[in-house]
Amino acid sequence: MGKLPMRARLATTLGGAAGTMSRLAGRGDGSVIGGVIGLRLEPDLLALLAAGRRIVLVTGTNGKTTTTRLITAALGVLGQDVASNAFGANMEAGLAAALGKAPDAPLAVLEVDERYLPAVIRATSPRVVTLLNLSRDQMDRAAEIWLVARRWREALAAAPDCWVVANADDPLIAWAASAAAHVIWVAAGQRWQEDSWCCAECGSHLLRDELGWRCGECAFRRPATRWVLDGERVIDSAGRVSELSLSLPGRANRSNAVIALAVAEVFGVETAQALPRLRDVVSVAGRYTRLARRGRQVRLLLAKNPAGWLEAFDVLEPDTPVLLAVNAQGPDGKDTSWLWDVDYRVLRGRRVLVSGERRLDLAVRLEADLVAFDLVDGVDEAVDQVSGTSLDVIANYTAFQQIRVALGRAE
Amino acid sequence: MTAELPRRRGAHARGPSSLRLIWVYPDLLSTYGDRGNLLVLQRRARLRGLEAEAVLVNADQPVPRQGDIYLLGGGEDLPQILAAERLRKDGGLFAAAESGAVIFAVCAGYQLIGTEFGGEEGQPVPGLEILDIRSGRGERRGVGEILGEVTPELQLPRLTGFENHQGVTTRGPDVAPLARVLTGVGNGDGTEGAWAGRVLGTYLHGPVLVRNPALADLLLTWAAGRLAPLTDREEHWTRLLRDQRLAAVNPG
Repeated sequence: MGKLPMRARLATTLGGAAGTMSRLAGRGDGSVIGGVIGLRLEPDLLALLAAGRRIVLVTGTNGKTTTTRLITAALGVLGQDVASNAFGANMEAGLAAALGKAPDAPLAVLEVDERYLPAVIRATSPRVVTLLNLSRDQMDRAAEIWLVARRWREALAAAPDCWVVANADDPLIAWAASAAAHVIWVAAGQRWQEDSWCCAECGSHLLRDELGWRCGECAFRRPATRWVLDGERVIDSAGRVSELSLSLPGRANRSNAVIALAVAEVFGVETAQALPRLRDVVSVAGRYTRLARRGRQVRLLLAKNPAGWLEAFDVLEPDTPVLLAVNAQGPDGKDTSWLWDVDYRVLRGRRVLVSGERRLDLAVRLEADLVAFDLVDGVDEAVDQVSGTSLDVIANYTAFQQIRVALGRAE
Repeated sequence: MTAELPRRRGAHARGPSSLRLIWVYPDLLSTYGDRGNLLVLQRRARLRGLEAEAVLVNADQPVPRQGDIYLLGGGEDLPQILAAERLRKDGGLFAAAESGAVIFAVCAGYQLIGTEFGGEEGQPVPGLEILDIRSGRGERRGVGEILGEVTPELQLPRLTGFENHQGVTTRGPDVAPLARVLTGVGNGDGTEGAWAGRVLGTYLHGPVLVRNPALADLLLTWAAGRLAPLTDREEHWTRLLRDQRLAAVNPG
């Protein structure tokens, strides 16, 4: 911290004090308020705090928090301190707070909100920018994704020293990343394709086969990849094959892990060193946690948008009842139309319970897909209604938080 | 007034028990729940014993001219411009509209069936000239629940939906608004949506036909004639949802 100018040092100190006060007062985890105060005192705080560090930025619609955690775990091999906004506070204030809290960490892995990426690239001169995926998400408050991709292109073209680790299987990500000077392409897969049927260059329908995607009319096509997610395994840049064997469930997390391994290699961490660290990650900010409740195991899955729900369905245990919970508060997006973009037919034959402030939207949606369901008032009623030993829960943001609070209460 | 319009040859040829629903460019224009409008039309047709075949037409395919109901969804500025260019070149949608097909368009789709709309920098972009409306970019984005009193001629209950757009739309002399706005922004002049003949457009998501089943039935009636009412059981969840959404918006 000795290198920081006086104003920035004061801003960080006051911001840190505010964060502590906020935690003591029980208002959130204190990861944002400190940054807000610091930035008000010193608008260049983020740039000052980032100076001299090797920084990884992680962005995309889904998987930011998990991938940030996995990269942080992998870089742990280096034995140096790593600053990180591990709890998803991913706008400027959250980033400043994370760096301010770890003034001597030479490395930082920072999750960044999609819209803020260009500004954060300019402020932090990152060593690596990690681009996961882009799909529709809370469109009443988020920017439009083609526009987001275009802004990324401009920011990356203006950062010639930065390395980009990007998912080549997502056409919109490929379009954004291809403007960068150095790209490490990862075949990380893409299950959700509803936002990338068309060529970002010319608008024609994209053609897809086992080799990937390409435009039928212009030259835009999937780039050749150096890293590959192959089922349960990773093929690294040297062609070596390793079993991932993660503790985190699902295809989406295997995809996040391969991207994390590719980022780690930029810092000289080999797959064989990093993998044991990735396997040690069992839950991320409450997600994938298993909790005992009234004699049953409840597993919590957070899914905030159609692509996330599709990946969450993939993680459901066979024959296990599932509770679907949907709210439409500010952080969730107030428009529930997106529920119609998810295909629920895979749930036919499974016991399905529905809760949340917008459970009627979900009821009409399930009815249209001929999926039988029952309405419940909350997670405890769901636990009481199901037979068997376990219940999976898929919830969007505030519904997820409400369920965590309910499960934290004494029975 | 709409019941007096003659039925189309295309629909007659397949008999009254079959409808062809054409979803135009779901690959370019399907931002938020647009599939819901298609699913609701299919469900409500089938519950009346009408077969409703859905045809998805991608941006690299010609638009068939013999459909009964054409649906266009929402989209971002860049895909909207690309879609308009392709549809103008293709000509199929315009031809279907000329021969009296039902056209139902939402948000970006609503704007692009008009004469002109605003591009990503606000520049005017030529539309398909199916409906005599003009859209441009407004001062601020209209985002939120919207409630409207439907134009009396259409004889529909209140309109409920969710809007998320920065468009301002004006109508030519032969085009009526879909509704008068009680809460929300809509076209920007106190009205929402537009219709003429069998062409109807709206800014509303929700999806709008999910929240307004009577509007879905109106489109089906335009294409297939009178429909029997559904049972209370078949309407149960839809009514509960609609009541909840109407109650959530206070028009005061």
